[in-house]
Amino acid sequence: MAAPEQFRLIFRHIDEPGYSNDLACYVRNGGYEVLRKSVLRKPEELVDEVKKSGLRGRGGAGFPCGVKWTLLDRKSGKPIYLIVNADESEPGTFKDRYIIHKDPHQLIEGIMITCFANKVERAFIYIRGEFPEGARILETAIAEARAANLVGPNILGTGYGCEIYVHRGAGAYICGEETGLIESLEGKRPYPRIKPPYFPAVLGLYQCPTIVNNVETLCHVKHIAERGGEAYSKIGTPNNTGTRILCVSGHVRRPGYYEFEVGKVTMGQLLNEVCGGPLPGRTFKAVIPGGSSAKVLKFGERFRGKRKVGAEMVEYDWALEDIPMDFDSLQMIGSMGGSGGVIVMDDSVSMVEALANINAFYSHESCGQCTPCREGSLWMKKITGRMVHGDARTEDGALLKSVADQIAGRTICAFGEACAWPTQSFIAKFGDEFKAYPESKRAPKVTGAPELV
Amino acid sequence: MNLQPETLRRIDEVVPHYPVKRSAALPLLHLVQEDQGFISNEAVEWVAARLDLQPINIYELVTFYPMFRQKPAGRRHIKVCRTLSCAIMGGYRTCAEFRRQFGTGLGEVSPDGEVTVEFVECLASCGTAPVVMIDDVLHEKVDTARARELSEKIKAEPRAPTQTR
Repeated sequence: MAAPEQFRLIFRHIDEPGYSNDLACYVRNGGYEVLRKSVLRKPEELVDEVKKSGLRGRGGAGFPCGVKWTLLDRKSGKPIYLIVNADESEPGTFKDRYIIHKDPHQLIEGIMITCFANKVERAFIYIRGEFPEGARILETAIAEARAANLVGPNILGTGYGCEIYVHRGAGAYICGEETGLIESLEGKRPYPRIKPPYFPAVLGLYQCPTIVNNVETLCHVKHIAERGGEAYSKIGTPNNTGTRILCVSGHVRRPGYYEFEVGKVTMGQLLNEVCGGPLPGRTFKAVIPGGSSAKVLKFGERFRGKRKVGAEMVEYDWALEDIPMDFDSLQMIGSMGGSGGVIVMDDSVSMVEALANINAFYSHESCGQCTPCREGSLWMKKITGRMVHGDARTEDGALLKSVADQIAGRTICAFGEACAWPTQSFIAKFGDEFKAYPESKRAPKVTGAPELV
Repeated sequence: MNLQPETLRRIDEVVPHYPVKRSAALPLLHLVQEDQGFISNEAVEWVAARLDLQPINIYELVTFYPMFRQKPAGRRHIKVCRTLSCAIMGGYRTCAEFRRQFGTGLGEVSPDGEVTVEFVECLASCGTAPVVMIDDVLHEKVDTARARELSEKIKAEPRAPTQTR
């Protein structure tokens, strides 16, 4: 079956010739009309629209956005904060970069609608330190919007006011975790907080109720306010509504960003048609479907089980290529849609070396607060590093698995799972390659095989 | 501390963005590093005093966040992405080429003080791998040939005044 057409909602103007990131261009294209209409509505109505839309967070966990907003403690009398998570640092993910650099006003409009809906008067955009140009673009865009009375005190004569400030991180992956981010924004080391009691909706920034939403999620809010929650929920598939930006990197002919209705495109259509298939003379070997923490999938494996279609349970028997790229299907087959970062590896890649690369990342990025994660991620890095650069042993796969199995579920934040899942899934899917590695590493390398660690 | 007037102005501007002064720690460290090139012990104490904190509250940030340096970098700072998507597209070869061009070790200032070549983790531009940041500017699809071109450009720039580093 041919791949569906892209459905560009968030990326509608990205790559459009002549489209620039200034206010005038945004307004020429109908920008801030939705905000103008939204501030005339009741805030509660807007929250309802987002609930009806079924929007799920685009940062990684896929938590329903409307529910997140409903959990806010509105009775505490304390100010409510919005934090925009622009820390985009899950390896394989590069969607927010383009929103920030090429269409910053779309984000600002989404932020202002969200702030109005939730009675927020101060919002922070936490942008990763490695986006210095993005931070400057956002600051310029906010200044333009403030001059046009779209941000700041008494916006559009409504009596409602809200400030947005840009806050730069400084190169730590853990700041993408929402409670780590809050600590970082408070000027501390980004050690994630334990939940309960520190749910951001109740005890977030400065112990005040706080919403933390991803950049792409907030852009969707603008489109929900424009179309209405009901109409938005018709885009995509049930429980996986709207569009999703899929970022494809690695060994395909046309890597890049593609926006589809959620669940309307399959892995096979995406990789073979949209991205042009494997590089000349190569074959696909493995794919990580939702950022580097998502469990790896192996080409050739099959997934069987029962799933809900409408009210009925039906059996499915999928090849990897048949998997719809939505939250529920990817979770059902044992991985996740995560942040939408699809990393493709072909037959030139050694899975042992790829895992060594991933383990080096997680070991570098563990914040060090919880012992299982700090020590476990380091040992997984040391073991895979030794396999590649020193002595590899047939039993190393089992050793790696035993370390990984002792991390997940034993840490304050989800980084424990994030660093254990790659090892667990690589060993489960490619265990034979790990066993054979002591032998195979002596053989000459495949031509063009990349060095990975 | 001898900060430029513009840096001091920006520091005064950023502190009131936050209801709690301590939140301005990262912004101040960025501003001081842009001004001075690195974060000295003196700078740690200065930032702490500016925000009514103890020096340890600032020092623990400098030692945690990878972007803060306690020593100067070369005149140009070359950061090559090391993470999976860039690595499988040849990021290690790109990094090796930069090191060869400037005869320098990983994470060190080159002998002539001109560059620092460093591996960094994911720069979030995986679709155009391998990617490299030179100071604040992102360069995409940097294979070894492109790394040579970029190196030639850096070599053709006026050198930093000789100083002991």
